[in-house]
Amino acid sequence: MTVNEKELAERVIEISGVNTRKCMKCGKCSGTCPSYDEMEYHPHQFVSMVEKGQIKKLMESKSLWTCLSCFACIERCPRSVEPAKLIEAVRLCVIRQQGANHMKACSVPDSIDENMPQQAIVSAFRKYSK
Amino acid sequence: MTYSYYPGCTLKTKAKDLDRYARLSAEALGVTLEEIEDWQCCGAVYPMALDEIATKLSAVRALDSAKRSGRDLLTLCSACHHVIKRVNNDMLTNDDIRLKANNYLKLDSVYAGETKVVHYLEMLRDTVGFDKIRAAVKNPLKGRRIAAYYGCLLLRPAGVMQFDNPENPTILEDFIKAIGAEPVITPYRNECCGGYTVLEDKKIAERRSGMVIGSAAAKGADTVITACPLCLYNLEANAHGEGAPVVKYFTELLAEALGVK
Ligand code: SF4
Ligand code: SF4
Repeated sequence: MTVNEKELAERVIEISGVNTRKCMKCGKCSGTCPSYDEMEYHPHQFVSMVEKGQIKKLMESKSLWTCLSCFACIERCPRSVEPAKLIEAVRLCVIRQQGANHMKACSVPDSIDENMPQQAIVSAFRKYSK
Repeated sequence: MTYSYYPGCTLKTKAKDLDRYARLSAEALGVTLEEIEDWQCCGAVYPMALDEIATKLSAVRALDSAKRSGRDLLTLCSACHHVIKRVNNDMLTNDDIRLKANNYLKLDSVYAGETKVVHYLEMLRDTVGFDKIRAAVKNPLKGRRIAAYYGCLLLRPAGVMQFDNPENPTILEDFIKAIGAEPVITPYRNECCGGYTVLEDKKIAERRSGMVIGSAAAKGADTVITACPLCLYNLEANAHGEGAPVVKYFTELLAEALGVK
């Protein structure tokens, strides 16, 4: 863990409010995650990797963009660890950097159609851009 | 009973039916919805990070507006309800967020989570009552087999949303019975439709919503109902093929049953 990465890990813990040490590694969060197949790192791995300070790997992971924020892992974790809050915090560490937005406004017209509700576009901007 | 009403941006545009039938039905049931003035978009997703303050402010403004009117704040869109209810919980329980939000907003008096946030379905259940709705129904939807789709946002996290049992909810099934139809229970009714990832990768929403629609079809449902415009969009986009149910806002069926559609 580099100095920079240690700071990142502290930042993730601070803004997520998650205590990774409460995790008993039961895997229920990943077992219940509907996006499991779309992720390279799964919710329980976010918990252990944040604890080990491996934030850079997580920042490069496509899991950040395929988490649905469905709160299933939050609801069903028997220890109230709330893994999705870590995913959100790592996602913010990425998009809060200058020029690191995952979704750019100019790409939106190609991803929408006439039935798509405003709610979809607003949500995606909130999750994928700053 | 009069509520302050927060429609949200999608109900003014793509989801006009959700709003229109809700207003007509409320009127028929003796409930007055008074749209709050100058409301702003809630942001559609709850900002989970503890240092996200600005993205919570539009919800606080709506909550404070209801507080000044001395009324409960009624929501309808699942996403608006989720955001506003959770931000209200932050204002009630998190000293840091409450202080910073109030420092930004400089309201006449400090907002500290006083407003009660009520979803339209909770109003139907707890204020009007499903028995009274059953009595007010003019065209019972006899013979219709309807699957309730709850999705994520109304139910989770249950500790804050306090909407229904998050794993075995009944409010929509009770609603379906009250309008004279038969509820069809499906295994994916409280699983995600794919949500906003439809802008990242359509295939994710296709798989998620395909399972919801497929299981409703397999159980012989002719209709799936929802309170969420994004669920409706994702489900509808994947409801094709023989025997696929139609996807409707629950308010449309309510208006139909009450004879005000
Ligand atoms: S469900 Fe909770 S306790 Fe179990 S592995 Fe996931 S975070 Fe850890
Ligand atoms: S919130 Fe994200 S990580 Fe948690 S269960 Fe849902 S999709 Fe999986």
